[in-house]
Amino acid sequence: MRCGRCSSYEPASVISFKEVVKGFGPKPVLRGFTLEVLDGETMIILGYSGTGKSVALKHIVGLLDPDSGRVEVDGQIVHLLDRDGLTQLRSTIGYVFQFAALFDSMTVEENLSLALKRRHLGVAEIRDRVAESLAVVDLEGSEGRYPAELSGGMRKRVGIARAIALRPRYILWDEPTTGLDPVTSAVINQLIVRTREKLGVTGIVVTHDLESAYMIGDRIAMLYQGQIRQVAPVDQFRRTHDPIIRQFLDGRPEAAGDAELGGVEAAR
Amino acid sequence: MSDFLRSFADVETWAPLTMVQMRRIGVDSLPIALFIAAFTGVVLALQASYTFTGAIPMYFVGTLVGKTLMLELGPVLTGLALAGRVGANIAAELGTMRVTEQVDALETLAFDPQSFLVVPRVIAASLMFPVVVAMAIALGVVTGWLTAINLLELSTFEFMKGLKVFYEFKDIWFPLLKSVSFGFGIALIGCMKGLGVRGGAEGVGRATMQAVVLGSALLLFLDALWAVLLL
Repeated sequence: MRCGRCSSYEPASVISFKEVVKGFGPKPVLRGFTLEVLDGETMIILGYSGTGKSVALKHIVGLLDPDSGRVEVDGQIVHLLDRDGLTQLRSTIGYVFQFAALFDSMTVEENLSLALKRRHLGVAEIRDRVAESLAVVDLEGSEGRYPAELSGGMRKRVGIARAIALRPRYILWDEPTTGLDPVTSAVINQLIVRTREKLGVTGIVVTHDLESAYMIGDRIAMLYQGQIRQVAPVDQFRRTHDPIIRQFLDGRPEAAGDAELGGVEAAR
Repeated sequence: MSDFLRSFADVETWAPLTMVQMRRIGVDSLPIALFIAAFTGVVLALQASYTFTGAIPMYFVGTLVGKTLMLELGPVLTGLALAGRVGANIAAELGTMRVTEQVDALETLAFDPQSFLVVPRVIAASLMFPVVVAMAIALGVVTGWLTAINLLELSTFEFMKGLKVFYEFKDIWFPLLKSVSFGFGIALIGCMKGLGVRGGAEGVGRATMQAVVLGSALLLFLDALWAVLLL
């Protein structure tokens, strides 16, 4: 059983969005976004491109502050944390960026060890942790390579290795399979599942890749027009009768109104 | 600004990175700074000779070359060259890091971008600008002297006499002080413009241009300010 909610105890909510409103310019992107993520689960946030999925994710680590409402992680209101509190919170969260966001002036090893050095680990321990994390993503021996020497899929895997090297409690995945070929996407999906099984972390995955969502998620939340349209376990979500969600799942274009597509991009 | 000042306390982060930036900002800028200074020394000596002939004793060629290079042209010409080279480099690098989410990645790894990116560059520029300027002044004086003895029929003794005649200790610390302020301002503007980039490649280009223009303008403003306050 890889599902946290299937165990005998009732898992607690560890990350919650409460009536979050966020806009760039006059047009709000999130309009009362509310969602609870339970301990140990992998929550999928689905939605059209440009609907604010990544914007929601960035609130969890304090990269963005809400215009109103709040985001809580472990009971702490993120936007009210001081600098030390935010640093402490961020050290418990791994963030996998859509385009990996590797530091291009550093080698793979330096990318992975950068944050580990701040934790005052020994040189040998850091080296072992880097090697172990690269082994998880099947990139053993690539420590000395620079990001420019890696393919898109490899960079993404290094990004995952960088996130898991810190042994986080939570991992946030921003479009982990977007732009990848089907085989590399499947590899990334397996990695996400394997990461959860090995490390027992709570995850939030932002995606519009349905195959990926069905494979890696415990529950799926559909973001539509700045709010959560529905949250349900994967099987239940796939059988939904909600017409808007059905149209999204069936890939019928009439649901994607002008107001939805490109909302964030236009606002930016 | 308070974040920037507070990030100076995070010595553990910025100290190791500062040495790398000192090499990139200072050592790597030496060729362009010395190139400019060498030709400036030649031209100054020739122009002084042209102006003074028949009116002012020729040993004042040494005075003009030394004073002008030390008080004005050394720091300002070098500073303008570095406003282009260093300001553009910083703004483009940090701007690219911003649009490729590397700055966000730093933050999620619990690093403060101010401590990691801004402070090392600002400290390195503040420390290395005066070093580069001092070397540029020295080379400019040497090329001025070589011009004087080879093309103007001045002796080394006469050139040195002119160099020393109005010399004050202020001629040393004044350009160095100015250079510290130039380095601080140019690096800070480059960092702020870079980290403030929005809108992809076009935004990076705009930020880079603004960093150079604003950095140069700030340098000229500071140059005038120091002259008003200290001369």
